Order: sequence, then structure tokens, then C-alpha cells
Amino acid sequence: MNNTKIDVINFNFYYNGEKALDNIVIGIQQNMVTGIIGPSGCGKSTFLRCLNRMNDVIPGIKAEGKVLLDNEDIYASNVDVVKIRRQIGMVFQKSNPFPKSIFDNVAYGLTINGIKNKNDIVEKVEKSLKDAALWDEVKDRLDKSAFDLSGGQQQRLCIARALAVEPEVLLMDEPASALDPKATLKIEELIQELKKKYTIVIVTHNMQQAARISDFTAFFMLGELIEYDATSKIFTTPSMKVTEDYITGRFG
Amino acid sequence: MERHFDEELKNLSESLLKMGILAEKAINYSIKALVERKMELAETVIKSDNVINMLEIEIDDFCHMLLALRQPAAIDLRFITAAMKINNDLERIGDQAVNIAECALEIIKEPLLKPLIDIPQMATLAKKMIKDSIDALVNKDEALARDICKRDDKVDDLNDQIFRELLTYMMQDPKTITRAVELILVGRHLERIADHATNISEEVIYFLSGKTIMHHMEDKKQP
Repeated sequence: MNNTKIDVINFNFYYNGEKALDNIVIGIQQNMVTGIIGPSGCGKSTFLRCLNRMNDVIPGIKAEGKVLLDNEDIYASNVDVVKIRRQIGMVFQKSNPFPKSIFDNVAYGLTINGIKNKNDIVEKVEKSLKDAALWDEVKDRLDKSAFDLSGGQQQRLCIARALAVEPEVLLMDEPASALDPKATLKIEELIQELKKKYTIVIVTHNMQQAARISDFTAFFMLGELIEYDATSKIFTTPSMKVTEDYITGRFG
Repeated sequence: MERHFDEELKNLSESLLKMGILAEKAINYSIKALVERKMELAETVIKSDNVINMLEIEIDDFCHMLLALRQPAAIDLRFITAAMKINNDLERIGDQAVNIAECALEIIKEPLLKPLIDIPQMATLAKKMIKDSIDALVNKDEALARDICKRDDKVDDLNDQIFRELLTYMMQDPKTITRAVELILVGRHLERIADHATNISEEVIYFLSGKTIMHHMEDKKQP
């Protein structure tokens, strides 16, 4: 493990003075899928949102420690948060397309980032939709409302929207938990394609999903990072008894 | 939290225990047939092997079902994969007992070459190794499993001794060759039985600790 994209160093996080993350140290590997698992309330979603300062908008929060993206601390005082979120995109559990056309959903991030050249935008929208494995299904109806799409397609549209601004890291919070098995499989296959270009961190409740798609797995419990290792190691011979108990369903 | 799955794993463990008892019994009878010169006992061993074979298939099917439907991980996964290998080892032990019984049938036809001392001793050691290896599995006893692996050398030594002794008989009098070869084969079958018991113990250690000790991996560097 030496090719880290994100280095989290002694990171603590509080909601209204209550500690939600306790001294997290982890190195997220470049062009790898890192799965984050743990029981409800263990801090895994909080941790994910800390990686692109998505928690900033919540009142009463406090963050300590460092989160280095390519060795630059994203919590440093002089950092442009908007730029950070462009570099580190996010996809949520529930697909949340804008009430706009399919094309405008993907183009939105480009236009607010000041790209005016129409050809550039058309090109990037197409590329993003192709990367999200949605292009073939929507290329003939780009002007139709995003709400006409199925749940699985909407989720891939949200991925395309995140990809349009050319992020380096993609954070995914339960991206397939609201989808049927076939749509889930598509998202999982897509993630394998995406990791060639992006670094992916995914929170999932579905342990089999973490086993299937992630290269590294981090197990969180009660705000602490209990174990972090290659997925194949975690799911066959974990080092910690508590990890073993969790992944074998003995608790949680 | 007690899982429904735990009940199924317990059933698997009990099936292996049952198979272990059958395998042990088969060796017992085959050696008894040889020592007490009882043909009907040897024939019983040969006929009863089918019970072990059927149980092997049953356990195999059950393991496949657990893998497909429960998607086990970590210690559960290690237990099931170990169980599948142990299942195979026990079935092979049953086959070796049949081989011994077949040798016994040949040996009984002629007068005894020499008093049988080392072979029964070897059989006692091998049987104890099987019993203990299954006990180590059921009671999750890693120390016992490690002890069994050490005992294998003693069985090997006895086998070498038997071979050397019978070689002298054959050199002195070629008429003893047929009987001596059969006895050498019995020694070899017992030696293989002890090897299978060692395999079982190695599987138990992997199941309990996640450490691979077969092929002396523990002495080499672990990844």
C-alpha cells in the first residue's frame, strides 16, 4: 500500500461536541475501490462525507486532524471547498436527478463551472453518459425529463452528472441499495470500469456487495476504524475477532 | 447472537463426527480381521464402505448448499472449506481400510509369517490420530491438532521398521515374498491413514487460526 490518493491522518469529528469519528487513520489507494462497512451508526457515512467536506453545511460540527488529497490538506483554511467537491464527487443512496432534461442534468455542473462552449458541453455530456454506461439507453431522448428514466437509470444519470466535472475521486453512499438486483449488478459492473479512471470509496450495508466490488475494505464500529485490509483478507482471515463477528453476521 | 446458520454448521460438524467414527471402526475391523484371522470381518469392512461413500456425497451436497445459500465469510467460510476437505480425507481413510481388509483376506489364506506386533501398534496410533483430529475439529482445539501433526513421524518410523524387517524375511526365503508384500502394503495403508489424519489436523488449524501449516508453510514466511 503505497499509492495513496487520500491520506486521512488522526482525524476526529464531532456533532455538537459528541465524537462521531475517533482518531481515524487510513490511506485510500488510487484507482482502487475501497469499501466501508460497519453497523448502523458506526460513522461510515459521516466518514465518507468528511472526505469532501460535505458535512460542512451541518451546524455544530467540528473536525480535527488532516485529510490529504494528493498531499494537500482539504481542511486547511485557504482551501476552496467548491474545488474540493469538484475533485471529489459524490453519489447518494437515493438517486436525485434535477427536474430537468437528461442532457441538462449532466451539463449542469459544466455550466455552473463556467464552461460556455456548446460543443465542449455536448462532447463532455456524451462522454460522461458513456462512462456511466447509460449513453446507449438515452442517446435518442436526451431532451426528455430525467424522471422518465427507471430507478437504475436515474442512479447512473447521477453518476454521469458526478463524472461530468471530471473528478478524481468518487464517493458513493449506498449507491445500489434502492435498486433491483439487475440494476445493482449494472452499477457494480460500472464501478469496476470506473476504477480504471477514478478512485472510488463506497459505503455499503451489503457485505456481499463489499466483497464483490471492493479491493480494500475498512470496517468501522462506534466511530473507530477497527480493521482495514485487502478485501480478500478481511473476508477470509480477518485479524480482529470483532471484524469476524460482524462479517459473519454474529452481530450488527 | 445465535444464528439459524449456527445450527446448520453444528449439523455439519456432527456429520463429520459420524463419518470419523465409521472410518475408525473400519480400520478397527480390518486390523482385527488380520490379527484374529477372521474373513467375515474383512468382508464386513469391504461391504460397509458404501455407507461412508454415501455419507461423503451427502456432506458434499450439504456444503455446496451452505456455500450457495448462506454465502459464508471468514471463520464460517474456513469451517466449510475445511469440512469439505476433511470429508474427502475421511472417505479416503475408509478406502484404505478396505485395502487393508483385502490384504487381510490374502494373508489369512496362508500361515502367519511372523507374529504381528508393529502393525497393530501402528493401527492403534493411526486410529487415535483420526479420533483426536475429529475431536480437535468438534472442540475447536488447535493445540490438539498441532500435537497430532507431530505424531505422524512415529507412524512413519514404524512403517520403515516393518519394511526393513520384512525385507530380511524375503531375502532369506523367497517363498515368504507374497505374504511379506501383503504385510508391507498393510503398513503402507496405515501410513497413508496417518497422513490423512495429519491433513485433517492441518485443516482444523487453518479453520481455527487462518494459518496455513501444510507443506511446512509456517516455517516459510507467511504472506
